[in-house]
Amino acid sequence: MSSEKQTNPEIRMETLGLTVTYNKTVQGVKGVSMPMYNNKVTAFIGPSGCGKTTFLRSLNRMHDLLPEAEVEGKALLDGEDIYDPRIDPVVIRRKIGMVFQKPTPFPTRSIYDNVAAGLQLVGIKKKDVLDGVVERALRDAALWDEVKDRLRSPGGSLSGGQQQRLSIARALAVEPEVILMDEPTSSLDPMSTTKIEELIQELKKQVTIVIVTHNMQQAQRVSDYTAFFYVGELVEFSPTSVLFNNPTEERTKEYLQGAFS
Amino acid sequence: MADIPVTLSRAQQITPARYRAPGDLVFKIIILVLSSVVIALAFAMAIILWYEARPTFQAFGFLSFLTETTWDPVAAVHGTWPFIMGTLITSFGALLLSLLPALGVAIFVSEYAPKWVANIINYTVDLLAAIPSVVVGLWGVFIFAPFMRDTFYMPIYLWAVENAPWLEPILGAPSSYNLATATIILALMIVPYTVALSRDAIRLVPREQKEAAWALGATRWEVMRVAVLPYARSGIVAGVLLSLARALGETMAVAMLIGNRNRMPFSLFGPAATMPSVIINEFREAVETLHYTSLMAVGFYLFILTIGINLIASYVQRKLTQQRKSP
Repeated sequence: MSSEKQTNPEIRMETLGLTVTYNKTVQGVKGVSMPMYNNKVTAFIGPSGCGKTTFLRSLNRMHDLLPEAEVEGKALLDGEDIYDPRIDPVVIRRKIGMVFQKPTPFPTRSIYDNVAAGLQLVGIKKKDVLDGVVERALRDAALWDEVKDRLRSPGGSLSGGQQQRLSIARALAVEPEVILMDEPTSSLDPMSTTKIEELIQELKKQVTIVIVTHNMQQAQRVSDYTAFFYVGELVEFSPTSVLFNNPTEERTKEYLQGAFS
Repeated sequence: MADIPVTLSRAQQITPARYRAPGDLVFKIIILVLSSVVIALAFAMAIILWYEARPTFQAFGFLSFLTETTWDPVAAVHGTWPFIMGTLITSFGALLLSLLPALGVAIFVSEYAPKWVANIINYTVDLLAAIPSVVVGLWGVFIFAPFMRDTFYMPIYLWAVENAPWLEPILGAPSSYNLATATIILALMIVPYTVALSRDAIRLVPREQKEAAWALGATRWEVMRVAVLPYARSGIVAGVLLSLARALGETMAVAMLIGNRNRMPFSLFGPAATMPSVIINEFREAVETLHYTSLMAVGFYLFILTIGINLIASYVQRKLTQQRKSP
């Protein structure tokens, strides 16, 4: 990667005045505008209930599933609004993958079929194609060496950390442009957490990563940019080192000092 | 705490623990006795059925009675095979007929329908389950059976006689009350159970599972196929088996509609009999010892059959549930 690109990264996703309202009254996210840069890790931090997860889920239209949630404003992927009525959310979610708080392997499927699930959905059946993709995705998710001899055992037979990497492999298999991670390590032990964090550093070479985290050290360790949310608002968005060492906003300073949690 | 006078005075009134212990013991004994009574009842029922049926088993043999195809109380020959066949045909037939519609309704109300529509359907389904089986039978006898006979069975039979004579023995001449009608009514009666049990199984699928499928770019149906149905599988299979057990034991409506013919071979549009239907039709006339004991024997087999299905249901559920849990 050239140094020029490092200093002036291109925008992969961008929101413009994005607002999420529940039951027409409660605003979970209020008019957030921010970019997410290509091949960078963007972290969302903030106290519980500040809207960071709500915001994350608006980035691949997961709120479509809740009739009580309403999204206004724009969320652009490569300059195109994903909330444009002509756009099929199913297509969007293939481009913008997601990894959840708890590992979510499909319990009745084998490790292999878990990874292949996204491809099988679009009708890819050729064994050599699937074999290739499954191996690549599992390698990218740093899980291949641990499971290559038991690809046919159920996904639920893995440990928690392995299951989470399996979930990541499953998301990677459909070659998304962006991966959204909602506190991906909050249910994992420290060893597995470290593994996932290292993995994120590797993955950002090929995808754009957005991660919600409760853990400020984690944000510092893994992210290039950090957004601080408070009561549904985006308070501050800066390169991670700037936000943590030299925040502009008073509320950011207070939060970093542990004034409120 | 001491500065709150109300709490203090209450504390002084509390009975010391050693006086409260007997209450614990009494309660324990009561629930122990009550639960033992339930278990004892089930066993007693099986034992009494077997005991009363013994002369039949002695006369015909335990297995020969099972496979004997003649049931003729006048000639004192008793075999339960026709009723076993009748029961299995109607029950599995009803299961086949009801399975897809019931699953469809369960999926629709739990994943597709807006809440108010789902509520209406759920209430209606529950209502359907609450209709006494004799009322269903009454409706079947006077409205449904004649309608089916005139509108479907007769034309189909006449067509078969002309064009496909090989179908004739399978169909049989349409009688007013017959195997087909009983099976359809039975299907109608177990639909609410299959719907309720598979609906509950589908509702237990964690939101994370569904969201994981959504996030892979699955469509609605694909989410069902990839995440919901595999996860709910054990519950659905168990629900289906429990519905089957219910169908096996269903008595009144079937007895009213099946036509009650004790002799094989059965045909689709002809009369037949099931294990419950022969018991309810003949218990009043069972004055001969062997007749009485043979009815008891039929009851004993039916008991074993439904218990077997229930055991399989719980085994399947356990087996499939274990599979999806991480060790």
